Parts: sequence; structure tokens; C-alpha cells
Amino acid sequence: MGFLELQNITKIYPNGTKAVDETSLNIDNGEFVVFVGPSGCGKSTLLRMIAGLEDITSGKISLDGNLINNIDPSERDVAMVFQNYALYPHMSVFNNMSYGLKNRGISKDEINNKVNDVAKLLEIDQLLSRKPSMLSGGQRQRVAMGRAIVRNPKIFLFDEPLSNLDAKLRNQMRLEIKKLQRQMGVTSIFVTHDQTEAMTLGDRIVVINNGVVEQVGTPKDIYSKPKTKFVAEFIGSPQMNLFQSKIENGLAKISDIQIKLNNTLNIEDACVGIRPDDILISDKGEYSSLANLVEYLGSDMIIYSSIGGQEFSCKLSSKINLKAGDIFKFDISPSTVHIFDNVTGYRA
Amino acid sequence: MKKVQFKSNYSQYFFLAPQLLILLIFLYWPIIQTFKDAFTMQDAFGFGSQFAGFDNFLFIFSDPSYFTAFKFTIIYSLVITLITGSIGLLLAVQANKVIHGKNVYKTLLIWPYAIAPAVVGVMANYFFSERYGLLYHLFNNLWGFNWYKDVFDAYIYVIIAGSWKQISANFIFFLAGLQAIQKTVIEASIIDCKSNIRRFWTITFPLLMPTTFFLIIINITYAFFDTFGIIDTTTIGAPGSETKTLVYKAYIDGFKGLDLGSAGAQSIMMMIIVLFITIFQFRYIEGKIHYN
Repeated sequence: MGFLELQNITKIYPNGTKAVDETSLNIDNGEFVVFVGPSGCGKSTLLRMIAGLEDITSGKISLDGNLINNIDPSERDVAMVFQNYALYPHMSVFNNMSYGLKNRGISKDEINNKVNDVAKLLEIDQLLSRKPSMLSGGQRQRVAMGRAIVRNPKIFLFDEPLSNLDAKLRNQMRLEIKKLQRQMGVTSIFVTHDQTEAMTLGDRIVVINNGVVEQVGTPKDIYSKPKTKFVAEFIGSPQMNLFQSKIENGLAKISDIQIKLNNTLNIEDACVGIRPDDILISDKGEYSSLANLVEYLGSDMIIYSSIGGQEFSCKLSSKINLKAGDIFKFDISPSTVHIFDNVTGYRA
Repeated sequence: MKKVQFKSNYSQYFFLAPQLLILLIFLYWPIIQTFKDAFTMQDAFGFGSQFAGFDNFLFIFSDPSYFTAFKFTIIYSLVITLITGSIGLLLAVQANKVIHGKNVYKTLLIWPYAIAPAVVGVMANYFFSERYGLLYHLFNNLWGFNWYKDVFDAYIYVIIAGSWKQISANFIFFLAGLQAIQKTVIEASIIDCKSNIRRFWTITFPLLMPTTFFLIIINITYAFFDTFGIIDTTTIGAPGSETKTLVYKAYIDGFKGLDLGSAGAQSIMMMIIVLFITIFQFRYIEGKIHYN
């Protein structure tokens, strides 16, 4: 089991910085939850409070219904994988993986079996006698994972474990983590600043900004219905285009362009968000603009343009023949437009 | 990168000259002179000298007081290494935990390092003087401490005097060593192991090994060579010659006893000891204890 409840968790550092502010969240048994946000947003602090490495200023953390606020990190039954792997440099891979078990008084035979099983699972059984300094980055990452898995904890905590790997290895490990988690069904919390990792890994994503949870939801929810302007901008690549606008009776005005929305909103200070791939280029398009710059990405290309001084980008298939300096025509479907109130920052 | 080539063949010697001159005058010339002394015998009035072969060496090996000094130096360096290392480590571990006023602790604990050995000796003198010494009377009341007569008590005196300042050196290096340990490695071990003490001996201490071995060498060399000023300002070798280090004995025999031949031979013996320590350091320590 691994049912985690966070109730009004707050962390204030001695210097007065509020890292986490009144965060409440329930994580179901076997669920894979990703904390995502810009660096310094408090996501790691929250994870470290769950691990017990950081004191909680106020609030309650309970695991399977038991309050764990004051339980020693070693007795919380959580395992953590660190960004820089944090392997014990003086110990062999085998000892790295068995250290936590040994300290919990598990018999030698059982330790041997467990370590060997996990090593086989992660394909590091050839490396058991090596020291971490003799391993590559990817192998170290596997050992760090193995050290967590072998403990058979209630919860896995991942603190940006992929950010030290190169792009190719990162994708590979990402898939593997997802597969392992599905296979073992252990509750997992994964901290990252990379929205691709968040989208691909999480059953649910928790978007955090400035110590506050902006939105909790499935990747699809978060992408298609961002609750705040921050979430809209943070999730999705390339970033969502945001236009300052004034909405009168369902008509959004962005300088000389007018977009008819399928509602009757009236917002003085609004922000209109349109994802780059929701700008539909066609010869019969209602609007037109000048392509300032074209980025070719293989199958796709990104066009940078502007409307009345507000820059935006659109993503389209690179089969379309368009180059910088061309005028292009496009349509916007009202159903793909996200409207935010600039005053509150919330979705309207 | 392209190396810079100078046309002149002589300018490099010109720029090297000051350094070479210092080395020649203060290092190589005395070494040559020492070798000369070690293999010659001077007459009692210093008027003449003659080649003596290994007579000076045979003489010191047959001299019981040389072995007393040898024994004392070994005991002295081992005890000082142990005491300064363990107290330095303890202080470093504790200071590393302090959050408020961290720098005050650090500064205060590093200060003694800046004091010259002779000054340390003079200060120790105040504590161990028979007339007004605080520690002298404390120990005297406890077990009849009297370093003027008792060898063991004299050892205690010079060991305390010799350790105090060196604890600071150990403290600095251990603190630096502790701070060089990756924070996440310690955090990982906090999740893996509940007992602080067990965690220290299985994770922190092994990771401090490079520092520890470095300090063992530093401490031994310190006790061997840098405690001259301390011995000279505290016991002056008393009682008898029981607390003379090898360096101190060579000095006394050479400059007070005017037996330059014996002093030279003793110096060469010390060179050989240093040679062994250096070989040991390079072979066993430099190569083996680095992890990354």
C-alpha cells in the first residue's frame, strides 16, 4: 500500500522564504504523480518533506492513514532517487544496493536474493562488484533506481533523476521508469522541471508555481484546459501564444484582428491563449500575417510572426511551402481558444 | 595550445636565478655540508677534521640515548597523530552541524593554528610550571604529577603542548573534507540508515579517508620536525634525555655538544626516515584512497 495524504503543508525557511504554501493533495495507491514547475517553485522541497529530509513548518503528511510528520526518514518506508544519483562512492554496486537492507536487519541470504533479482531486472547484474566511479551515467542511474527498488518501499520519490543524462538516454530511461512503475505498481512521485517528462510519465500532474499548486489533473486535462495563465504557458511546447486583448460580448479584439468566440464573455483586461498548433494555415484563411522567421524541425516547422506588435508562433507540417518574408493566411477555431482573466490569472 | 617559444637561450636562467640562489644557499649547501660533517670526525677543539667513514653512524647506533630519542619520537608522533586527529575530527563533525554562528566557531577553532610552536611552548610552560602551573597542580593533586622527575608525566606535558595547536590543522582539513562530501550522499544515507553513529562510521568516515591519510602524514611530520620549538621551551628534554625528539637531539649534540659529526649522522638518519614516509605516502596513499 502507499496512500499519501498531504494536508495544508507549508514550509517557511528560517530566512522567511515561503517555499511551499498550504498545499493539500491526495495520492492514490499505485499512482504515478509528477510535480512540475520552474526551478525554485518548491516542488523539490515538497518532495523532501515527504521523504523527511526537510522539516514541515505546518500541515500534516500521512501515509496509509498514519501521520508521518515526525517519523524518522529511514522508518517512513519511502525510497528516493536523487538527481546526481547520490551513490556511496566507496561502496560497490552490490553494497550500495544492500546498505539500506543491512541497516534494517534483513538476513544475508534474503539481501543476496533481493539484490540479485533487482540487478537482473535492471540489467546491472554484471556490474555488482564495481565501484560507482567505474560506471557510466546511465549505469549509475540504474544503480540508484535499484537501490530504491530493492527496498520495496511504499512510495518512490524521484528528484529530477533524469536531468543529468544526455537526451537519448533520458528518453530511454523515461520509458523504463514508466514501465517499471506500471510493473511494480508502487506509488511514485516524480519531480521535474521538464514538461515533456511530466506529460509522458504522470497519471496525474501537479503544476506548482511559487510554492502554490496551480493545477492538479491528468496530462490531458492540463493540456486542454489549463486552469491558470501560468499553467497554459508552462505546459506545451512550443509555448502557448498569449495575446493581450479586450473581450466584448464574445468578441476578442487583438489589435486589428477580431476573433468570434462561442460565448458571450465581457472582459476588459483579458488574455487570449492559442496553442501554436491550433493556428490553422490555409489559403482561404480569415486572417493574414507576415512570417518573420521560420524554424525547420524536420517533420514540423515553426513560424514566428506578430499581430499588432504581439509576437506569436505557429506550428505546422513542414510540407507546407512557406519561407520567411511570406504572407500567410490562417484560421482560428473558437473552440481551441483559451481565455484568461488578466486580473485573477484564472481561466474565464 | 601553442607553446610560447623564447628566442634567447639565457633569459630563462636569469629569471630562475633568484629562486635557484635561495635553493642553493639554504637547501643544497647545508645538505652537502651535513654529508661532509657526517663522514668526518672533528677534534675536540674544532681545529681540524679527518675522514671517519661510517664511524659517526656506528657511534650513534651504539649510543643508548639515541635509541631513547628514537623511541620517544615514535611514541610522540603516534600519540600526537592519534590525539590531534580524533579531537580535530570530533570538533569538525560538531562544527559542521552548527547552523547559527557557524563562522564564529570555525574562526575560533582555527586560531591556534596561527601560533608559532615556541609561543605554544611558552604558554604551556605557564600551565605546567611547578610554582604557578594550573595543570601542574591539578594533575599533581590527582596522582602526584611531577614532570621534572617522572618520564610518563613529562610525556603528558609535551604531548598536551604539542597537540593543542595541531588540533586546529586537523580541524580545518576535516571540516573541508566534510563539506566536500556530496550533501545528497548523506541524505541518501539518512533514508537508508537510522543510527547517526552507524551512518558516520559506514558513510562519512570512509569518505573522509583521503583527508585522514593526508593528515596522518602531516601530523607525523609535524611531531617529528616542527615540535622543536615546543620541546625547547618546555621540558628541554627533561627528565634526563627522555623527551628529546630526534631533531632536538641532533641540535643539542651538534650545537651544544659541538659534536658536528654525530649531529650530521643523525640528520642523515632523519633524511632516510623522511624518505620512507614520502615513499609510503606516494605508493599507498596517493593512489589508493581517491574514489572519483
